[in-house]
Amino acid sequence: MENFWVGVLWATEIWLYLIVCLIMIPAMFGFSLGISETYMNILVKTLEWATLNIQKANAEEESAKASASNGLIQREHGSMEKELEELRRSRPKPPVGGDFTLSDCFYFTRRGIESIVDDEVTQRFTSEELVSWNLLTRTHNDFQYISLKLTLVYGLGIFVRYCILAPLRITLACIGLTWLVIGTSAVGLLPNCRVKFWLSEWVHVMCYRICARGLSATIRYHNKENRPKKGGICVANHTSPIDIVILCNDGCYAMVGQVHGGLMGIVQRAMVRSCPHVWFERSEMKDRHLVTKRLTDHVNDKTKLPILIFPEGTCVNNTSVMMFKKGSFEIGATIYPVAIKYDPKFGDAFWNSSKYSMVSYLLRMMTSWALVCNVWYLPAMHQQEGEDAVHFANRVKSAIAHQGGLVDLQWDGGLKRAKVKDTFKEQQQKKYSSMVVGDDSNSNSD
Amino acid sequence: MGSRASTLLREEEIEEIKKETGFSHSQITRLYSRFTSLDKGENGTLSREDFQRIPELAINPLGDRIINAFFPEGEDQVNFKGFMRTLAHFRPIEDNEKNKNPPATEPLNSRTNKLLFAFRLYDLDRDDKISRDELLQVLRMMVGVNISDDQLGSIADRTIQEADTNGDTCISFQEFMKVLEKVDVEQKMSIRFLH
Repeated sequence: MENFWVGVLWATEIWLYLIVCLIMIPAMFGFSLGISETYMNILVKTLEWATLNIQKANAEEESAKASASNGLIQREHGSMEKELEELRRSRPKPPVGGDFTLSDCFYFTRRGIESIVDDEVTQRFTSEELVSWNLLTRTHNDFQYISLKLTLVYGLGIFVRYCILAPLRITLACIGLTWLVIGTSAVGLLPNCRVKFWLSEWVHVMCYRICARGLSATIRYHNKENRPKKGGICVANHTSPIDIVILCNDGCYAMVGQVHGGLMGIVQRAMVRSCPHVWFERSEMKDRHLVTKRLTDHVNDKTKLPILIFPEGTCVNNTSVMMFKKGSFEIGATIYPVAIKYDPKFGDAFWNSSKYSMVSYLLRMMTSWALVCNVWYLPAMHQQEGEDAVHFANRVKSAIAHQGGLVDLQWDGGLKRAKVKDTFKEQQQKKYSSMVVGDDSNSNSD
Repeated sequence: MGSRASTLLREEEIEEIKKETGFSHSQITRLYSRFTSLDKGENGTLSREDFQRIPELAINPLGDRIINAFFPEGEDQVNFKGFMRTLAHFRPIEDNEKNKNPPATEPLNSRTNKLLFAFRLYDLDRDDKISRDELLQVLRMMVGVNISDDQLGSIADRTIQEADTNGDTCISFQEFMKVLEKVDVEQKMSIRFLH
């Protein structure tokens, strides 16, 4: 019995030493031993091989699978005016009494049914559907036995992911977080001087690098010359809390958010000791002026780090960018847009907060193959003369969507939980009314 | 997108739906995926709230009437078969020629059935007549607050006058079809399904 426990202790020691030497020390100092690269190469080759096998098997069954697009229907994009004009062509316009026919409802009916079958918004709040299976149980829609080899690889994948990678990643994540708390508290004890700032940045980046290794994250940064500078605001599209780890691997930012209790609270309080972040109490968040003022103060102090904000306000599934809330665009600071795009082949990074809690989401992340993403730094943008905040926000959003290859939507990410505003329906009604009675829809003819 | 989706739909059910509606196998499985993603309660049926959750439908002026068309008389839940039966009205008509076994009865997406769908949007009480009040209700839904009651009333009167041939101040289905005989119903009330 004694020997068994001694053996376990010894094994754990070796395990920890290996982790420290092979993963932590390179992470701390920012160089790489090439282990992750080798893993990624093997992974990519395996997935390609699997895709080919699946396609071969499917090609025998179905001769003509439609295009690579996943759309269910082909939508008509004609405007209301054009469609109603076509509908009314069959009869002459009556001289008096408004231009209405019984067939006008066809237009609204068809648009309604199209949106029931396939709409632009609800699909953004669930994980993206993959074109071909990536050997993970969770993305498997249509289980068909393809071949023995594929099933073996799939089984091996499960073993590797759950028994080897997951414990490793969990250990790393714990070490990373602990070190973040200890390191930032330690730096916080120093007096304000240049060494403190330098140390604080180093501690932050190091911990985020360890966390990134903890998720087997491969991140490619593009256009590093456009990296956010002090006194600016960095805006990015939001897919999951991991976005923060991704961005902070390559620079230091000041975070904005609500004060939490528990573990998050400890981390928040520790971080604030070494360099200023902007944490709000729950009650303060409702006061928009207070929020704007604190952000403006932070931004105006040129020694403080750039603020990181996700203007969508909620996590979206990385196929589109939804409406940016105008709050951060009213401050008048320089905006540094950043586009983040994850590769869904290696693991789905989207956090569906109504379906999974934070902990189960992180566990899912740690049992995926890996996390591959591209980060593009876009050139800084300023609010132009006479441009209002909403227009500016839309301009930034389009730039990010264009760079990341995402769909640019006008819909509010808040529709995940809230109902849509009635004003949109009223707009449609107004438009239709002007088609019925002409442009003098407000005049009452008595 | 649930991985359990296709396993809950049995092959026999798919065949039944195929025969009744004319959709292809892959279209039915894709639409089942869509059905389950709308079904937040995960009980195999959709309620009116599930439809209302689609923003584009919620802002459609006729949204409520369209949702109503899915629910049989007096019921609050619609199952997948009912869902498909309603959607089948919007299949393009030329797809029927591709079918190897055309159904014995009139297909759900025939011109007459498409017009009947539109007729039922107006005829809320299902008495096979569109009365002046029913027409006014739908008009009000489509124009909102932008047109006065008087003006709307005269529009409704004129419409009934043009359509009514037997003088009962209501529009029957036959009269409805006559008014719209020159309209390209096949194209305007069809959705192009892929796959």
